[in-house]
Amino acid sequence: MLRVEVWLKDNLTDYRGQGLLKDITDLPVNGATTVRVADIYWLPQDTTFKNIEFLGQELFSDPVTQQFYIGKRKFQANQDFTVTNRDSVSDPSEENIKKAAKDLGVNLSNIRIGKRYVIEGKLSSRDSQNIVSRLLVNPVLNKVIMEEPSEKNTANVYQFNLVTVPLLQADEKHKAEIKKLGFNDAEFEAITDYFQNTEKRNPTDAELETLAQTWSEHCVHKTFKAEIEYEGQIIDSLFKETIYKATKDLNCDWCLSVFKDNAGVVKFTDDYAVSFKAETHNHPSAIEPYGGAATGIGGCVRDILGTGLSGKPIANTDIFCFGMPDTKYKDLPKGALHPRRIMKGVKSGVADYGNRLGIPTVNGAICFDERFAGNPLVFCGSIGLMPNWAVPMGQQNTGDKVIVIGGHTGRDGIHGVTFSSVELTDKSGEDSISAVQVGNAIVEKKVIDVLMQARDKKLFNRITDCGGGGFSSAIGEMGEETGVKVYLEQAPLKDTSLSYYEIWVSESQERMILSVPPQNVEALLALCASENVEAAVIGEFDNNKRLQLFYQGNKVADLDMGFLHGGLPRRQLKATWSKPVHTDPLLSQKNNYNEDLLTVLSAYNVCSKEWVIRQYDHEVQGGSVIKPFSGCGQGPSDSAVVRPLLDRKEAIVVANGINTKFGDIDPYWMAASCIDEAIRQVVATGGDVKRVALLDNFSWGSTDKQENLGALVRAARACHDMAVFYKTPYISGKDSLNNEFTVDGQNISIPHTLLISALGFIADSDKAVTTDLKKAGNVIYIVGVTKDEMGGSEYYRSKGYIGTAVPQVNAQLNRSIYLALNKAMEKSLIESCHDLSEGGLAVAAAEMCFAGNLGMDMDLENVITDSYIGRDDTVLFSESNGRLLVEVAPHNTEEFEKLMISKPYYPIAIVTEEPYLTINNMHGQEIIKLANAEMKEAWQRTLRW
Amino acid sequence: MSKVKVLVLRTPGTNCDYEMEHAFDLAGAMPVSMHINRLLDGSINLFDYRVLAVPGGFSYGDDLGAGKIAANELRIGLGDKLCRFIEEGGLAFGVCNGFQILIKTGILPGPYMTTRPQVTLTNNDSGKFECRWINLKVDPAVNCVFTKGLSRLNLPIAHGEGKIMCEENVASSLKAPLYYCDENGNTTAPYPYNPNGSFRNMAGLTDNSGRVFALMPHPERYVIRSQHPSFTAGNGQQPGEGFKIFENAVSWVKDL
Repeated sequence: MLRVEVWLKDNLTDYRGQGLLKDITDLPVNGATTVRVADIYWLPQDTTFKNIEFLGQELFSDPVTQQFYIGKRKFQANQDFTVTNRDSVSDPSEENIKKAAKDLGVNLSNIRIGKRYVIEGKLSSRDSQNIVSRLLVNPVLNKVIMEEPSEKNTANVYQFNLVTVPLLQADEKHKAEIKKLGFNDAEFEAITDYFQNTEKRNPTDAELETLAQTWSEHCVHKTFKAEIEYEGQIIDSLFKETIYKATKDLNCDWCLSVFKDNAGVVKFTDDYAVSFKAETHNHPSAIEPYGGAATGIGGCVRDILGTGLSGKPIANTDIFCFGMPDTKYKDLPKGALHPRRIMKGVKSGVADYGNRLGIPTVNGAICFDERFAGNPLVFCGSIGLMPNWAVPMGQQNTGDKVIVIGGHTGRDGIHGVTFSSVELTDKSGEDSISAVQVGNAIVEKKVIDVLMQARDKKLFNRITDCGGGGFSSAIGEMGEETGVKVYLEQAPLKDTSLSYYEIWVSESQERMILSVPPQNVEALLALCASENVEAAVIGEFDNNKRLQLFYQGNKVADLDMGFLHGGLPRRQLKATWSKPVHTDPLLSQKNNYNEDLLTVLSAYNVCSKEWVIRQYDHEVQGGSVIKPFSGCGQGPSDSAVVRPLLDRKEAIVVANGINTKFGDIDPYWMAASCIDEAIRQVVATGGDVKRVALLDNFSWGSTDKQENLGALVRAARACHDMAVFYKTPYISGKDSLNNEFTVDGQNISIPHTLLISALGFIADSDKAVTTDLKKAGNVIYIVGVTKDEMGGSEYYRSKGYIGTAVPQVNAQLNRSIYLALNKAMEKSLIESCHDLSEGGLAVAAAEMCFAGNLGMDMDLENVITDSYIGRDDTVLFSESNGRLLVEVAPHNTEEFEKLMISKPYYPIAIVTEEPYLTINNMHGQEIIKLANAEMKEAWQRTLRW
Repeated sequence: MSKVKVLVLRTPGTNCDYEMEHAFDLAGAMPVSMHINRLLDGSINLFDYRVLAVPGGFSYGDDLGAGKIAANELRIGLGDKLCRFIEEGGLAFGVCNGFQILIKTGILPGPYMTTRPQVTLTNNDSGKFECRWINLKVDPAVNCVFTKGLSRLNLPIAHGEGKIMCEENVASSLKAPLYYCDENGNTTAPYPYNPNGSFRNMAGLTDNSGRVFALMPHPERYVIRSQHPSFTAGNGQQPGEGFKIFENAVSWVKDL
């Protein structure tokens, strides 16, 4: 093909190149002096010179900033790399470029894009290799090429050939092959029995794939539904006995749809409801962080589109867990990408996808632990707004057409589901090329635009998203109660070489499935066409209660819906748990803790995530009331407040609780702490504690190990107990239970991780409260009880210890505190409020100071404790739950104290004009005095990338 | 008196249409959100509207540069009409990606349809997308319908390609009603006050008529007080400081 290169004009600074140079230095590779990056467009060989020049000028380059070259620009540099996508990867921009060229009157049959990197400086060939493999190329997606590429081969058309698997005649070796699809022995037997005795024939590949997808952990949560033996008792179903039981027993009338649809739905105003869903997208993110994270966002947003009769996405949240950013390359598990690269990639993926969708990313968290190095976690959450009438799940009628809208079906993501349910190895990157999905945010944005119109015109009866398992899961589940026929050749394809079963299980992004009554088909297709959204009728619902697939008139699958959805044998598992052994450090007491506070402020888990947050648009749609940073000094906020209807004051409040360190001591109290933290943060900004809905997301090491499963049982039980105490139901949840990384026979499991996401409400968003100090002379109260609970604290961690005393939760007491705070905020008695979490009292006080550009003069003497605590550092840094700092104006203290009567509270500080945090111990000695500027610098410095 | 009709133009990837409609609605206009395809296929007529508003977003995913593909569509499909619409007293307004689109059509800085654009919006100097609040100062000497009566503003930005750059020969003819500044109104303040490295701290541009105006900051995201980032500390105004821009446009049309 013919190359056109677009270079930034030589007199301008190449910021892409500079960024890359910084990454090279970070590797660390020294010796590179300058890096330049150019964009490459390859045009078909028969494009005329006139057209190449015309496109170079009108389309590819910006005349003010760029210069285009036809052919390869000459450069004297040792390192010169041209990178382009693999043939199997379709870059979404290619279609847009073809369209734009066509608008200008030039038809391009084919286009390829790529980048050229020219690196100057003295580098060894090993250094160059490092740069290429660690920064320029991800083998899953692209490659360095030496010669000009040829046109992508599109002539390769799949020739139908029905594949029947000789299951009934299989020998042991062959059986083992089939099980590799993801079946355990019991499941394999059930399938053999079904085909032997019911169907009396061998299955097709499509049928086995369908069963593998439908029965995967990702889709049916086998572990949570299994029969588990634990401590001599049988747990019939962990889900039904813990999470679901709490919700069922609480029976809240404001919960409108729980655990049945793609997201949970709760009442918002009299006429609107909100849906909320969060889930993980871990394994793809480990291998291709950018694409994995982007498709994580995309998938979660589609859950919102596919709930009820569709909701408008109004806010996103993201929570990431990475390995330590300062990990040395030699300490990195073999085959794993460096945490920095993963973090940068994930950040860019979420930013690019979320920003392009026009959904504000309003809240999140980033946690670090060395055990996440081989297996990072990426949780994406999304919230939707829908009119009340669109809340109930739709139901198709016999004769309704199955319509797919949005993205085309391609080779991307084939086997993603079964992949995400097995552990990663150092070969995953090479093995999993087809498992990585490639996203295109604009396709999804267009889908959102037409779906909202189609919903309001009531053009469809039911909707669901294509997520894990693709059509097989989406259509298979939708058709469970009726039966469905699907004509696979009707699906619009990116890649004509796809076989019928690949079409069926492909996990290509941005696709939604609609059930459309025949009389509305024309209107729906016309609506889609009017906004350049692809749509195609690919089947119809019948009443045969069978899943029947056809390809060019040939039947390729015919399964009983009853077996597909009810035939999975329950797993029987054993769980044990024993308390891990840790020790407490023997730290000598000091008379000054300035350095300790600065160290904790700059710890990875405490420090500012501004570098990430600023790259997310948290203002789009105009509804952000409490943003990620608060106050003139821009300190951290506790939760996000979003007002989705701009002409009303009702708002939603969103917060997340996550703390893996506590799980190292006891998963029960870890879960309880996460729940308290999430609720506490909702309350801190003014959210009503009487109406908080929770989401649970478990990410665990392999639960085939009895210890891990025991830990899961403990965490799930805490979820039940706390939800009942706090009266906060779960409305949706998800689990990812095989997060391990195996290298050279050594197996690294992630720390047990539970993410609790909380959705609350505030009737008048003008009364929302932030964390920044407001006025000198105001009184600071501590609310809640401080205990000697240093286990898992950031302070201990900074000393290299985990400790033994994990923070516990007194939910009844905490709830009564939160109710009282709600009343005080309702009466506008509280000027600022900040919850005490990582880093405890000292960190919370520091953050309030620099957020408000004011100071605080604090005495530890009156901090409420449950027993005598003789140590200053314990009072400063304990992470006991249920505590907040509250700022009250002097004229309101009397009324505030009246509301707090019988609750643990005490004034411990005064707000000062001087921007210093001063803390005196119980003997009146000054143990901390730090300027805001110094504390903020410590807090910001760590991740200022 | 009937309400001023505002055409809020959507493209594939536009995502600030909801708050743009809200702002015009609050200012007493009648905003109608329409897909660009309806303009191009002739099913709606630009001349039925008095204001063309191009909201922010990522039209066509920013492929080939922000705003480029949508600007191409407008130029090729609608060029003459757009020109006439402005000549005959219509207002054109762009925010963020809308600015990028208008500048790449050549409507800004105008005159329209010069052969090769000599002004552009390019990557921020920081090399990344940034979302935060900034200070702005209005130059009252520049004739612009939208910024009349304004002096200082606080608005959010959210963009990766917001740096105004131009060829030297047009530098002196650029009309910027809005500049990035520091807390004291100093319009030569560097990054982070100038969030993208924009030429002479320019935040927006208008044409000779003063009826075409576009800017990188988002006035539609600050029309109510609680949108201000420190309203809980008593800052911010009701209506928000961006509101006046919409009110100006609506009353200018009404006063005709």
